[in-house]
Amino acid sequence: MSILVDNDTRLIVQGITGREGSFHTAQMIEYGTHVVGGVTPGKGGEWVHSKPVFDTVQKAVDATGANASIIYVPAAHAADAIYEAINAQIGLIVCITEGIPIQDMMHIYEYIQYTNSRLIGPNCPGLLIPNQVKIGIMPGYIAIPGNVGVVSRSGTLTYEIVYTLTQAGIGQTACVGIGGDPVIGTDFVDVLKMFEEDPETEKVVMIGEIGGRTEVDAAEFIKRSMTKPVVAFIAGNSAPAGIRMGHAGAIIENGTGTVQEKIQALQEAGVRVASNPENIPELLS
Amino acid sequence: MNLHEYQSKARFAEFGIPVLPGKVASTPQQVYEIARELGGKVVIKAQIPTPNRGQIGGILFAENPKQAENLANSLLGSVISGLIIRKVLVNPTISIRQEIYLGMMNDRTSSKPMLIASSEGGRDIIEVARTSPGSIFRDTINPCIGLRDYQVRSIASNIDLPNEYWKTFLQITYSLYACFVASDAVLAEINPLVITTDNRLLALDSKLIIDDNALYRHTDLAEMYDNDGESEQEARARAAGISYVRLEGQIGCMANGAGLAMTTIDMIHLYADESIGPANFLDIGGGAQSNTVATALGIMLADPHVKVVLLNIFGGITRCDEVADGILQALDETKTTLPLVIRLAGTNANEARQMINRAQLPNLTCTASLTEAARQAIASARGIN
Repeated sequence: MSILVDNDTRLIVQGITGREGSFHTAQMIEYGTHVVGGVTPGKGGEWVHSKPVFDTVQKAVDATGANASIIYVPAAHAADAIYEAINAQIGLIVCITEGIPIQDMMHIYEYIQYTNSRLIGPNCPGLLIPNQVKIGIMPGYIAIPGNVGVVSRSGTLTYEIVYTLTQAGIGQTACVGIGGDPVIGTDFVDVLKMFEEDPETEKVVMIGEIGGRTEVDAAEFIKRSMTKPVVAFIAGNSAPAGIRMGHAGAIIENGTGTVQEKIQALQEAGVRVASNPENIPELLS
Repeated sequence: MNLHEYQSKARFAEFGIPVLPGKVASTPQQVYEIARELGGKVVIKAQIPTPNRGQIGGILFAENPKQAENLANSLLGSVISGLIIRKVLVNPTISIRQEIYLGMMNDRTSSKPMLIASSEGGRDIIEVARTSPGSIFRDTINPCIGLRDYQVRSIASNIDLPNEYWKTFLQITYSLYACFVASDAVLAEINPLVITTDNRLLALDSKLIIDDNALYRHTDLAEMYDNDGESEQEARARAAGISYVRLEGQIGCMANGAGLAMTTIDMIHLYADESIGPANFLDIGGGAQSNTVATALGIMLADPHVKVVLLNIFGGITRCDEVADGILQALDETKTTLPLVIRLAGTNANEARQMINRAQLPNLTCTASLTEAARQAIASARGIN
C-alpha cells in the first residue's frame, strides 16, 4: 500500500478529546483509517468515538500497539506532544498544529535525527491514501485512487490541485502535505524519494511556494535521482520581498526564495512547471 | 515582530552586550534635553525598521543640543522609505576604528541557528553578500548543544579580528546567542559592532526580530509591539486573525489558506496587463466563519483603491454553503455596489452557487473555475478604470 503507511498502521490521536481532534477522528474513522485510541493527559479512561483515551502516549502504545500518531494539540503544548510520541517509539508522527515556535521545532528537528521516528509537519494537512487511509484533515472526497503522487507545502491549495486532478479523472497514490513552516520534519526530497521507490506511483505533482530553498533542493534531487516525471506549481509569483504571506514559511528573505529561482531550478531539472494550477492535468498527460 | 533599535539595544544590554548610553525621544525638546545630558555632540537615529538609514537621511549628527533639537524637528514626523518617523534614539558620538557585522538567525536550510559575521560591518548585510561575499563567514549551531568557544574563535580568526579583542568578542557573541535563544528571536543582529579608537567593542546598532508564534511566552516583549506603521485596515485584520497585506492594484482578493490566497493574486498577474493588479493578499484562514468573511470583505471595501472584489474559496472541511451564507450576510451589511466575482469549489459548491444566484444581486458573478474568475475580475476592473 503506497507510501508512509501500510495495512499494519495503527493510529492514535494526541488531543483526541479536543474539538479539532474529536471532529477529525470521526472523519478519519469514517474514511477507513485504523484508529486504535487517543491521548489526552488527565482524561485516561474516557472514550471518544468508541476509541479508548489514555493519559500518556506510552500507555496508549502498550495497550493498543499503536505505531503512528496524529497530533491536534494546541501550539503551546505541541512540541511536548511530539517529544512524547518520539520517546514512545512511534514510527510515524503527523503534526497538524499551526504556530509552534521555530526554536522548539529546531530542537525537535535535531533530536529526531537520532531516533527511528519520522515527523510530518507541523502546520500541515497530513496525508491521504485515496480510498484507504487518511491521517490528517484533508477532505476525503477530493481524491480518487490512481498513479500520481502529490506532495505539497500548502493546505487548501493542495485540496484545490488534488480536486482538479480528480475532476480530470487523474487519480493519486498518495497526497502528502509536508507543511508550510520554516522547520519541518519531512521535506520535498524525502517524499520524492518515497514516490520514486513506490512501484504504484508513475508521476509526481509537487506544490511549492515562495520562501526557503526546499524546492531548489528538490530540483537538484530530481535532476540527480528521479526517473519519474514531475509536474510542479509554485505559489507566490507576485509576492513582494520581505513581506510574510500568511503562514510562517511564505516570505522572500534577502532576495532568495523567489518563485523565479525555484521555477528555473525545476525547469533545469526537467520538471514541467505550471503557471496556472488548473493546467496541471494537461502537463501530466 | 520587529523591535525598534532602542528596544533591541535595551534587550541586548540586559544580556551584557556593551552599548552606548542613550535615550529615545518623540519631541525635539526631549532631544535637546538628552543631548545636553550626553554632553552636546550626539547622533540622532530615526526609529524605523529599514536598512541603510544613514544613506537615506535617517541618521543625523549634531554638534550641540540646539542643533540636535533643530535636526530632530526636521526628522520627527517626516517620512523615510514610506515610514513616518515618530521616535528617534539619541546617542553620544564616538570615534570608530573598525566596523564589524555580527548576527544570529534561524537558518532554514540546516534548520539550525546560524552565526554570521563579516569584517565589513555598517552596511546592509545583503548588500555585503552581493558585493563582497568572501568577507562573510557562517557557522551553524546545534541547538541541543549550544554555541561553543571554538566556533566563535574560528569566526574571529576568519574576519581577521585582532587577537586582543577575542575575549570580549567571545563574551559578546555568547551574550547575543543567549539573548537570541531567550527571546525566541528569528534574528538578532549587531551591525555595526565597532572597535572604537580607544579600543572598546560596542554594539552601535541593534536589531531583534521575535518569532510571532512564541510571543505567548514573552509577554514583556509582546508589550513592546508598536503599531506605528500599521494602517487601520491592517490593525483590523490582525485583530480578527486575518492575514492581510496591502498591495498596489485594484482587485481586492480574498481566499481561504495562504497558498490559495497567493495563487489567487498570481492568477491576476498572469492574465492582467501592467495597469491591473491585486489590491491585497488576504487569507481568512481555515474554518472560515461568516463573521470572518464579513470582516475580511469590510477591510477590502474600506480600501479606496479597490474597484473589484475577487473571492476564491475552496471548501474542504468548511462547506461552501456556509461561506456563501457569510458572503450574503456581509453584502447585506456593507451594501456595496462594487462588482464581486466569487469562485466557489469543493464541498457543497453547487448549493452555494444556487444560494448566491437566488439572491439575484446584480453586481455579483459566480464562477466554477479560478481562471474564469480571474479573467472576469480583470475584465470588470478594466471596465471601471
